[in-house]
Amino acid sequence: MSSAETEAAADFVAPGAARDWRGLRRALPLGLLLAVAFVIVPLAGTDYWFNAILIPFLIMALAGLGLNLLMGYAGQASLGTGAFMATGAYATYNLLLRLPDIPLPISLVLGGLIAGAVGVVVGLPSLRIKGFYLLASTLAAQFLLEWIFNQYGWFSNYSTSSSISAPKLAILGQDLSSPVGRYLMTLTAVVAIAAVAARLVKSQTGRAWSAVRDMDTAAAVIGVPVARSKLSAFFVGAAVCGVAGALWAFAYLGTVDARSFGLDRSFQVMFIIIVGGMGSIAGNFIGSAFIVLLPILLSQVSDRLFGGTVDAGQLANLQRIAFGALIIWFLIKEPAGLAALAERGWRRLRPSGTAGPERGSRPGNTGKIF
Amino acid sequence: MNILRQRIRRAAALFAVAAGVGAALPAAADDAKQQYFPLATFRVGAYASSGIPVWAGTIDYLRYINEVEGGINGVKLFWDECETEWAVEKGVECYERVKGGKNGSPVPIFLPHGDPITKALTEKSVADKIPLVTIAHGRTEAIDGRVFPYSFPAVFTFWSEASSAINFIAERAGGKDKLKGLKIATVYHDSPYGKETQTPLALLAKTYGFEDIQIPVPHPGNDQSAQWARIRQLKPDWVFLRGWGVMTPVAIKTAAKVGFPVDRIIGGVWSGSEEDVRPAGKVGKGYLAITPFPAGADFEILKKIKEHIVDKGKSDLKDLKSFGSVYYNSGVNEAIIAVEAIRTAQKKFGARPINGEEGQWGLENLNLDDARLKEIGAYGLQQPLKLSVRDHEGGGAGKVLQWDGEAWAIVSDGWVKSDRELLLPLIYERAAAYAKEKRITPRPDPTSN
Repeated sequence: MSSAETEAAADFVAPGAARDWRGLRRALPLGLLLAVAFVIVPLAGTDYWFNAILIPFLIMALAGLGLNLLMGYAGQASLGTGAFMATGAYATYNLLLRLPDIPLPISLVLGGLIAGAVGVVVGLPSLRIKGFYLLASTLAAQFLLEWIFNQYGWFSNYSTSSSISAPKLAILGQDLSSPVGRYLMTLTAVVAIAAVAARLVKSQTGRAWSAVRDMDTAAAVIGVPVARSKLSAFFVGAAVCGVAGALWAFAYLGTVDARSFGLDRSFQVMFIIIVGGMGSIAGNFIGSAFIVLLPILLSQVSDRLFGGTVDAGQLANLQRIAFGALIIWFLIKEPAGLAALAERGWRRLRPSGTAGPERGSRPGNTGKIF
Repeated sequence: MNILRQRIRRAAALFAVAAGVGAALPAAADDAKQQYFPLATFRVGAYASSGIPVWAGTIDYLRYINEVEGGINGVKLFWDECETEWAVEKGVECYERVKGGKNGSPVPIFLPHGDPITKALTEKSVADKIPLVTIAHGRTEAIDGRVFPYSFPAVFTFWSEASSAINFIAERAGGKDKLKGLKIATVYHDSPYGKETQTPLALLAKTYGFEDIQIPVPHPGNDQSAQWARIRQLKPDWVFLRGWGVMTPVAIKTAAKVGFPVDRIIGGVWSGSEEDVRPAGKVGKGYLAITPFPAGADFEILKKIKEHIVDKGKSDLKDLKSFGSVYYNSGVNEAIIAVEAIRTAQKKFGARPINGEEGQWGLENLNLDDARLKEIGAYGLQQPLKLSVRDHEGGGAGKVLQWDGEAWAIVSDGWVKSDRELLLPLIYERAAAYAKEKRITPRPDPTSN
């Protein structure tokens, strides 16, 4: 039965049914992916997969999502990601330590909200400056916050090495400190936040962000509240990064100090969204896979191929060269990020009859931040 | 579209090759009689200049054990390398990759070699029962093996480093009673690592009556004019320099500029290598450093390594100038401790590859007295070391080196001991606080009752 007939029949039966069916078909791959992530992976995965691959991949994708909301959707360039992550981690740590009665998920959310509040303060200069100048002011926040957490012992409960360490992870009496538990906790947080973010960017707030990004003067003229949009983007972006930071500290590493959230981390997250695709939710996951997982893959493959025969130092250097070359190659092939590449590929792979209208209605993300 | 398909096909082919290679490597059956000892090296990245000689020292010693001594009681060692770039994620990935052992041999001991990696592995290593040996870095509280069963900050913690430096000053001043009234300034890298010595120095200052001045240098420390201007103003008798990377040579140069005598600066462990002082040039002559890894190629074991490994072209060193350097010797030192711990464990569990739990027993019963050190040929290179459940550090002494413009010379009177009896109660207190915060029940100490 051709698709035209299907649609005609559907129209005849009930006007809404076809839309539902199409929506379902669209949601099917995502649903399958989630089923695999929640059911099959926990059963089949090993410690190595959870601790070394999946958990850092998911958390960095979440941090990328936070920055993407701020930079990709709302156009506010920021190098404060590391600082927001540190704020979330230290805030959650102190909540769990000082208010042990609050359950873990609520502490995580509260830690995120505190990071969001800090994000609003950091975002205040965005009301007057933009582009590179804004980037420089967020850089100041990055250094300041890292210094504060290192300097004042209160934040780390006066630990000798200014490091914070995860208390026992448990939700409703369920111990989550096993690798599978930590993976499921991370996955749940990431999926929930990504779902909210996907709705948010299509809401009025999200459209206001895009308007501000594309041209803030024009947005102001047509009545978009520019100041509120910018600050709300900073709040949401920093809050998401904050949750990512808390997960990084507790679900992934266990014990961290502020150096784990240094400037390098901010750059890493920025590369994730540039490579993955600015203004795209899926792009964060693709970018995170590229930045976090590809070096591991390169190292594994090169160890298998050349381990023992080529000098170890040279091998490590060659991997970095290969990684850099791949970044350049992908960015030349697809300046809008791997998400755009994936979407184009997906559209082309579908049989032509069902292609439907172009789904490129995503606001053109030209990467014009500066 | 065709291009895309072609690409997909190409990617699939690449993947197939990778997978095929993975499957094609057969596991050698007789390797289970060998001991796996994975190495988390860092040969690229910001710290490569220290990583390359450190791992060369370790690998050369392991090769020496295999080729000259025929393994540890006949059990040969085999290893592979995993590059960490000193970065925590890579370190964790390497640890997870190797922790299951290889070809039937379990992992006896893991050397994380990096403060952030060590921290991230603190709890994972307990769950996996793999001891971490972190010489001259890692959490000081981990000395208390009742709370940190699988962390071994062996030989020389940051607290011992501070205390030994003070005791060397006392040695120079003519007794601990002469410390009273001295001004000792600590110029430190403003990071968790740099701040580690604040607590012990405050306690020592209170005990001995010297004035403790703390001057932070922000990372990376390539401009220190403000800090050394303050030094000139305060006129301390000694400066204890706890640097990291580029900070150390810049400090030595800036000290010379403000006229502070270089032979009154004592570098800490991570300010005390050739790579730290050589870039400072001529003004570095006379600079002091305290270290548990004395430099020099005259130690018995180094002579043997030179004869059997280096001279036969089997060394891992590319630049033979580094042979006998502080970093190279630190690698040898670490390998000695690991090998001796495995040997100790073999005494109890039999001459076969041992696992992490047995490795822990081997470490906690490790006893390197002078006689044993002489047998190994490490007398003078490694200090006498006796570990136990309550004491995962053991030694706690350093030697002071002085730079003569070309090489280090040992100038202290043997090993300068730290005041461990003074510091340990405070360390146990901190370990107990950690146990309480993490709700850990300390394991009982079998030797105490």
